[in-house]
Amino acid sequence: MSKPKVAFYWCASCGGCEEAVVDLAEDILKVVEAVDIVFWPVALDFKKEDVEKMADGEIAVSFINGAIRMSEHEEMAHLLRKKSQYLIAFGSCSHMGGIPGLGNLWNREKIFQRIYKDVPTLPENGNGIYPQTQSQVPEGEVNLPEFFDTVKTLDQTVDVDYYLPGCPPTPKLIMQAVNAILEGKLPEKGSVLAPDTALCDECDRKESKPEKLLIKDIKRVHEVIADAEQCFLAQGIICLGPATRSGCETLCINANMPCTGCFGPTSRVKDYGAKVLSGIASIVDINDEDEAARLFDEKIPDPVGVFYKYSLPSSMLKRKNMGDA
Amino acid sequence: MPEHDPKIVAMFCTWCTYTAADLAGTSRRTYAPNVRIIRVMCSGRVDPQFVLAAFEHGADGVLIGGCHPGDCHYQEGNYKAFRRMTLLRKMLKQMGIDERRLRLEWISASEGDKVQRVIDEMTEELRQLGPLHIQESVAAVETPAYAVAAG
Repeated sequence: MSKPKVAFYWCASCGGCEEAVVDLAEDILKVVEAVDIVFWPVALDFKKEDVEKMADGEIAVSFINGAIRMSEHEEMAHLLRKKSQYLIAFGSCSHMGGIPGLGNLWNREKIFQRIYKDVPTLPENGNGIYPQTQSQVPEGEVNLPEFFDTVKTLDQTVDVDYYLPGCPPTPKLIMQAVNAILEGKLPEKGSVLAPDTALCDECDRKESKPEKLLIKDIKRVHEVIADAEQCFLAQGIICLGPATRSGCETLCINANMPCTGCFGPTSRVKDYGAKVLSGIASIVDINDEDEAARLFDEKIPDPVGVFYKYSLPSSMLKRKNMGDA
Repeated sequence: MPEHDPKIVAMFCTWCTYTAADLAGTSRRTYAPNVRIIRVMCSGRVDPQFVLAAFEHGADGVLIGGCHPGDCHYQEGNYKAFRRMTLLRKMLKQMGIDERRLRLEWISASEGDKVQRVIDEMTEELRQLGPLHIQESVAAVETPAYAVAAG
């Protein structure tokens, strides 16, 4: 009985998800014993042609991380979808767009202009040469993938079976997912493979979170040294725990940093950023309109960066509207 | 080319603004027909997701009406509404949606005239601003399905 085939691919990615697999440490030996990794560009030398030659559904599971930013990502997502029984969105970027998703505040023209013309470190007259999808060189024609205006999530591109949340997903969650696949014990299609409760539920600082949580001031993380035991929100430090899915074992909290929401919402929330914004606005105990507005201007100068840090492409509006007056 | 006719989605609180809208009606005050009114118990019930859903589905503007500060039937709901909408408006501005498209007004049950004035004003302002066209950028991103999490 041959071992199930597994593929791992990265789109617009930082490589952290690949490292998360390596972080399995000794557990990776159990994984390699049980499966056959047939495609993993960062670590193994298999080529795209090797995947193209496979039969449809020949790969048991493909894990895809990274957001869909370019035509190459879209192409590979479609290819791996075709050749795989299960397609799993691995990590925040494929799940919700991730940090590359913040690129949706701009478009190709603005991004290229900044990088290839306006950046101060370019030579005196700027460079001004944009990447072209087709170029003629002495040797012939050279192609580059197309850079899209809008970053998309994996499920906005292909049909996705499951989601492993996190930036990156933890080794524990990865092993749980791998075991569930090998034992055939996967939940309903479309599930996020992490508990469906909010982070506060598994947080050690829960006891210090008052029943009626109200704050008079917001402290940004660089402004204070946080108390190592008290609930961040009770200290006035914005923590997105109340609206974020649990399962990460509060790694950030344990390092004395508040949650920034990388696991995304629980199943009961449609738009993560809007919901968590609502939660933060609710606990600010200021009823004077001018005072509240001033506090927000001073302490939350970049609401999209705080509330949609990992999830802009998956939000209801998906991207900045470029056309308004 | 037909002149743009703005669509406004309004969410009015039961105790004050919705009652005021009724009063505007019984007083035979005519106002622009561009508004679709949704009744909520309190302005504090308005979830920012409702506002986004309105824009996502073609609204050019969203109007929220609640009781004056201090008069909320549920004590603090309107304060929460104010804080939420202030922060949301800021975030929407970053998302390329003009701040004037999300409006929060305190309209008490006796202010039928204010309902008329606000709706007429907002309709005209949005007519000048032009249509939002959100649907085009949203539709450009096909979404096969929202994730269903059994959890």
